Amino acid sequence: MVNHLLIEIYIFVLAVFVGFQLISKVPSVLHTPLMSATNAIHGIILVGAIALAASVHGAVDVTISVAAVFLATLNVVGGYVVTDRILGMFKKKSAERPTE
Amino acid sequence: MNIVLQIGYLLTAILFILGVIRLRSPATARSGNLIAACGMGIAFIVTIIRYHSFSLPLIGVTIIVGAIVGTYAAKKVRMTAMPQMVALFNGMGGGAAALVSIGKLHSLWTHGISSPGASISALFTVLIGSISFTGSLLAFGKLQEWVSGRPVTFGGQKVVNGLLLLIALILGVVMTISGGRQDLGMLWLYVIIAAAGGLLVVLPIGGADMPVVISLLNAFTGLAAAATGFLLANNVLIIAGALVGASGTILTQQMSRAMNRPIQNIIFGAFGKLATAGGAGGVGATDGVVQTATVEDVATILAYARTVVIVPGYGLAVARAQQEVRQLMEKLNQRSVTVRFGIHPVAGRMPGHMNVLLAEADVPYDNLYEMDAINPQFPQTDVVLVIGANDVTNPAARNQPGSPLYGMPILNVDQAQRIIVLKRSMNPGFAGIDNPLYINPKTSMLFGDAKSSLSHVIRALDEV
Repeated sequence: MVNHLLIEIYIFVLAVFVGFQLISKVPSVLHTPLMSATNAIHGIILVGAIALAASVHGAVDVTISVAAVFLATLNVVGGYVVTDRILGMFKKKSAERPTE
Repeated sequence: MNIVLQIGYLLTAILFILGVIRLRSPATARSGNLIAACGMGIAFIVTIIRYHSFSLPLIGVTIIVGAIVGTYAAKKVRMTAMPQMVALFNGMGGGAAALVSIGKLHSLWTHGISSPGASISALFTVLIGSISFTGSLLAFGKLQEWVSGRPVTFGGQKVVNGLLLLIALILGVVMTISGGRQDLGMLWLYVIIAAAGGLLVVLPIGGADMPVVISLLNAFTGLAAAATGFLLANNVLIIAGALVGASGTILTQQMSRAMNRPIQNIIFGAFGKLATAGGAGGVGATDGVVQTATVEDVATILAYARTVVIVPGYGLAVARAQQEVRQLMEKLNQRSVTVRFGIHPVAGRMPGHMNVLLAEADVPYDNLYEMDAINPQFPQTDVVLVIGANDVTNPAARNQPGSPLYGMPILNVDQAQRIIVLKRSMNPGFAGIDNPLYINPKTSMLFGDAKSSLSHVIRALDEV
């Protein structure tokens, strides 16, 4: 049990370092999409919500877990769609207008 | 645990990291987002398979409805409303993390199972997840102007916040020690206190401080997801949460550095109050003459310049004048005037807000310059056009030690040959501080709504 926790702490600490390394190099032009994309990434809580919803019984637990699934789905789907929309607008040259 | 699930989660973690790597350049960022979305898709599919979730119609229906609502909202939102949309989706994530932890604890305790480890990570998630949820909703309300954007303060605010935190900590300790045997009412009380805490943290924060708060709440949700990973022994939650936590923390640091105010100052000291205190101290250097310009003057000055730097601020977003700015840029380019944009890190209501608005109007991102890149160029700039920006151009931040803004890094627009300021009125900016830039002999002011002022200037340019 303690070993298990230690491994999890290892993973957490290493991931924090990776995160700091990667994200400190994001230019400020991309700060909004960065925030929006990481917003979508924390929607990964959805898998936790699904796992919980599939394993609980009783009205209270089911209500709570289904509400969690709903919020997390909004977070994931909305987050990725908004980020894609924002990034779709970033263009290098004025000449490269989208051909719609 | 199921081997397919573990391998799927490992792939997800790798794809998240690859996605974030590609977010470092505008050219690859969109594919980075797609890669991260694929990672999410894999995690979703293996989870559904592992828990046979599609045999549970309620979950399936919930996911489908959530996906439809999320897509609809994300497609419909106007670009000027992007800060509140980001805040809202962030709040959803925080709320989901808090609910998962509440549900898990509730289910464990009603079955008489408890472990201190599970209780600690769950209670931590409930605390910051709930703060992120209600805090983000209030930030959404403020940005949407459903709630006054002005800082709301009352006497003893810090004491109330401190007391609530203390009660939450005591409840947390009691619940961890007695795990499972106590009355569940204590858990609900804890949830209510955490939710109230989120409101109290965001209530005293005014509009211009929003970039800091949104980044901070983003970090909170990330940490909440990571803590849920500890609770559920789920590594991909830990990794993803840590990535988001790091990103939110970096953005928070950069934003508060760009305002030259430590984060505690923003969270605990409402800017409005601070500023009035400073103003009363009598900086009073604004007894000079304000020179107003006509639309024709502005058009002429711009037409005969060689280099123009446009400095946009929140006023541009309010007036929704981004298309006019792009038209102006194109008109000036036709006259072979070089047009660049100088963007302050905290211009607008979220990190990178101005970049998104200008991108929407098809302004190429290689015309947008960060503060450090544009500042050395101001002395060689013929005309600076300030549109709806105020405090981030205030020279008092550089040379008036008594000013509340003193020490904040600013765009040194006063070093240019001429400055034109488009502004609605002489009202001071959000911070309520006079701007000596406006009485600078090199400055001309054009009052009015930025959108209509700009379209008049564009028309006048044809006749120059």
